[in-house]
Amino acid sequence: MIESLALNNKSEKTDYNILNLGPTHPATHGVFQNILKMDGEIIHETTSTIGYIHRAFEKIAEHKPFYQITTLTDRLNYCSSPINNMGWHMTVEKLLGVETPKRVDYMRVIIMEFARIADHLVCNSIIGADTGALTGFTYVFQWREKIYDIFEEVCGARLTTNIGRIGGMERDFSPACMKKMHDFLNDFPKYFDEFTMLLERNRIFMERNIGVGPISAERALNYGFTGPNLRAAGVDYDVRVMNPYSSYQDFDFMIPLGTQGDTYDRFVVRQHEIRESLKIIKQALNNIPEGKFFADVPDFFLPPKEEVYNNMEALIFHFKIVMGEATVPVGEVYHSVEGGNGELGFYMVSDGGRTPYRLHFRRPCFISYQAYPEMIKGSMLSDAILTMSSMNVIAGELDA
Amino acid sequence: MAILIFKIALILILFLISLGVAAYATYGERKVAAFMQDRIGPDRAGPFGILQPIADGTKMFMKEEIIPNVSDKLLFILGPCIFMVTSLMTSAVIPWGTAMEFGGVKYAMQVADINIGILYVFGVVSLGVYGIMIGGWASNNKFALLGAVRASSQMISYELAMGMSLIAVIMMSGSLSLTDIVTSQGDGKLWGFIPVSGLNWNIFYQPMGFIIFLICAFAECNRTPFDLPECDTELIGGFHTEYSSMKLGLYLFAEYINMFISGAIISCLYFGGYNFPGLSYLSTVLNPNIVALLSFGALFAKAIFFVFFFMWIRWTIPRFRYDQLMKLGWQILLPLSIINVLLTGGILTFFNK
Repeated sequence: MIESLALNNKSEKTDYNILNLGPTHPATHGVFQNILKMDGEIIHETTSTIGYIHRAFEKIAEHKPFYQITTLTDRLNYCSSPINNMGWHMTVEKLLGVETPKRVDYMRVIIMEFARIADHLVCNSIIGADTGALTGFTYVFQWREKIYDIFEEVCGARLTTNIGRIGGMERDFSPACMKKMHDFLNDFPKYFDEFTMLLERNRIFMERNIGVGPISAERALNYGFTGPNLRAAGVDYDVRVMNPYSSYQDFDFMIPLGTQGDTYDRFVVRQHEIRESLKIIKQALNNIPEGKFFADVPDFFLPPKEEVYNNMEALIFHFKIVMGEATVPVGEVYHSVEGGNGELGFYMVSDGGRTPYRLHFRRPCFISYQAYPEMIKGSMLSDAILTMSSMNVIAGELDA
Repeated sequence: MAILIFKIALILILFLISLGVAAYATYGERKVAAFMQDRIGPDRAGPFGILQPIADGTKMFMKEEIIPNVSDKLLFILGPCIFMVTSLMTSAVIPWGTAMEFGGVKYAMQVADINIGILYVFGVVSLGVYGIMIGGWASNNKFALLGAVRASSQMISYELAMGMSLIAVIMMSGSLSLTDIVTSQGDGKLWGFIPVSGLNWNIFYQPMGFIIFLICAFAECNRTPFDLPECDTELIGGFHTEYSSMKLGLYLFAEYINMFISGAIISCLYFGGYNFPGLSYLSTVLNPNIVALLSFGALFAKAIFFVFFFMWIRWTIPRFRYDQLMKLGWQILLPLSIINVLLTGGILTFFNK
C-alpha cells in the first residue's frame, strides 16, 4: 500500500518538504535529530544527527579507577543499567582472572533478567503509546516501578543503579528483597497478560505494525544488529546462549525468533523474551546456592566496615581500593553481555595502571541506529516514529 | 413576545449547558482515563477534584498569549474562534425534550425547528473544519500544517459516509427535520409487529447505519482512533502546536462540545432522542413541564453515555495510520453505507406497500 503510494509518482519531483524531527520532538524519546526529506507524508531521505548528549564516556573512563567506571555504565542504556553494571564487573573480573562463586552468578542473573524485563516493558509500552494506546503503557509501567523497588532493596538506587561490585554483589539479598521478588513473580504475569491482550492481537495495532520498518536478516547482519532487533529478523543470536557468562548455561530458556524483522516482530520478540526472563528468574531463585556473595578479590572487593575499623589488613585494602591503587595485569580483554537491546560489549586495554589505557563500549543502539534511514525510506511519518520506538534506541547509549 | 423570551432563555441555557458539559467532560475524561489506567486522576481541587475544570480554565486564561511572528495574525486568531462558534451552533436544531407549557401556550424545547434540521447540522459541522484548516495554516509551522491537511481530508472523507448512512434514516422518517425524526421513534410497532412505547428506535432498523455513523462521528470529532490531526506522538500537537493560552483552550474545549453534540445527534437519530419507555403514559398523568424535563434528562443521559463511550474508546485502542484511515473511509464505510441505503430502500418498498 505504501509503496504503491510512494512509487506511483515516477516523475522527477523537486519540491520536497524538509521536516525536522527532533532533537526535542516528543516521539524521539531522547535527544537525537532526523531531518526528513518528505513528499507529503512519505519519507524519501533521512539524515540522522547524533551526539546531542555525547559525554565522552570512553575518554572519561581513561581517567577513572575501575570501580568508578561502573557509574559511567549506568548512563549508557539507562532503562537497564544493572546489565551494564554487571557487564563491566565481569569485564574487569575477566581481566583479573577471577572466578566468582555460583551464588554471585545466580544473583547477577536474577538482577540482569529483572533489568531486561524493565527494559523490554519500557520499549513495548512505548510502542503502544506511540500508536496512541496510552493505557497499556500505564498498566506495565507500575511493574517497572516494582522492579525498581527490587533494585532499591538490593543497592539503594532505582534508575542509575551502580549495582554490584567487582568480584560480587555489595550485599546479599535481604528477606524483604526476596519477598518483593516473589511477589513480582506471582503478580506480574496477570497484568502482563492484560497488556498483551490489549495490544498484541489488536487489529489496529497489528495493522499499524506489521510490515513497518522491516529489515532482512542479511541486511541486519551486515549492519551488525544484535539483540531483539536481530532476532526479530530471524537470526538466533543471543550472547546468553552463544557465549554463556554468569552461569547462563545452567538455565533452561528459549530464544524467541521473528521472521519479517518488522516492528510487530520486534514487539512480539520482546514480549516473549519477557516471559522467558521470568522463567530464568524463577529457576535462579529456586536453585540459588548458599555461599558467599563475593569472590576472593581483596584488591577490589571492599571489606566489611567492622573489619576496616578493627583489622589492619582490611583498612589497607579499603584505602587502596578507594584510592584506586590496586594493580591489574597488562593485557586486553573483551567481554560482552546480552543487553536490553543487543550485545553490549566492553573492550578494554590495560597497561597495568590504575585506570584502563583504553576502553570501548560496544553500544548496540549506536550500531543498529545506522540502519534507521534505510528502514524508514519510503514509509510514512507515523511509521518512522514506530520504527524508532521499536528499535529501542536509547539516547544515552547511542551517544555514550 | 413570550416565545421570544423563552427562546432566548433556551439559547442561554443550551449555551451554558454545552459549556458546562464541555468543562466537566475534560474532568470526566481525566477521571475516565484514570479509571482505565488504574490511577486516581484529579482529586486536589475541591471534593473529588470537581473544581478541576475551573482551575484548568483559570490556568488557560492566565497563560501567556504567544502569537508567532511568522504567523498570519488575523487568521491565527480567527481559527479557534471559528472552531468554537461552529461547535456551539449545532445545538440549535436539536429537539431537547417534549414541549413545555406556560399559561396554556406550548413552547418546543428546540431553538429552531427548521425543516432541514439535519442538513443544517451537516453544514455547520463542515464549517468547523475551516477552524482547524485556518489555524493550522496560519501558524506557519510544518507540523501544524500537516495536522491541518490531515484534518481537512479526514473530515471531508468521513462526511460522505456519514451523509450516506444518514440518508437511510431520512428514508425511514420521511423528513429532514430532527423533530420529525425523533417523533417517529416514539410509540409504534417495532419491526411492524411488536408494540412498544417510546422504544421504536432507529437503531433496531438501522444497526449498520448506526455503526457507520458512529465511526464517522469519531472521525468528525478527531477522537482516537482518528485523532491523526493532533496525534501528539507524531505531530506534537498537530494543528494546535503553536497555540497557547485560551486559544488552545478554545480548540480543546470545542472538541468536547463537539463530542457532546455528536452524542446528542446520535441519540436523536438512532436512540429515540428524548423518547424513553413510558413517555406517552407519563405525559397523560404528569404536568407537561415535568415530562419535558424528564425527556430532556433522557436525551442528556444518552448524550453523556456517548461522551463516555468516546472516552472509553480513546483510552483503549490505538490510532490508525493516515492511509489506513483513508482506506477505511473510502473503501469500506462508503460502499457499506451505499449498500445500507439500497437495502433500506428495498425493504421499505417491499413491506410498506
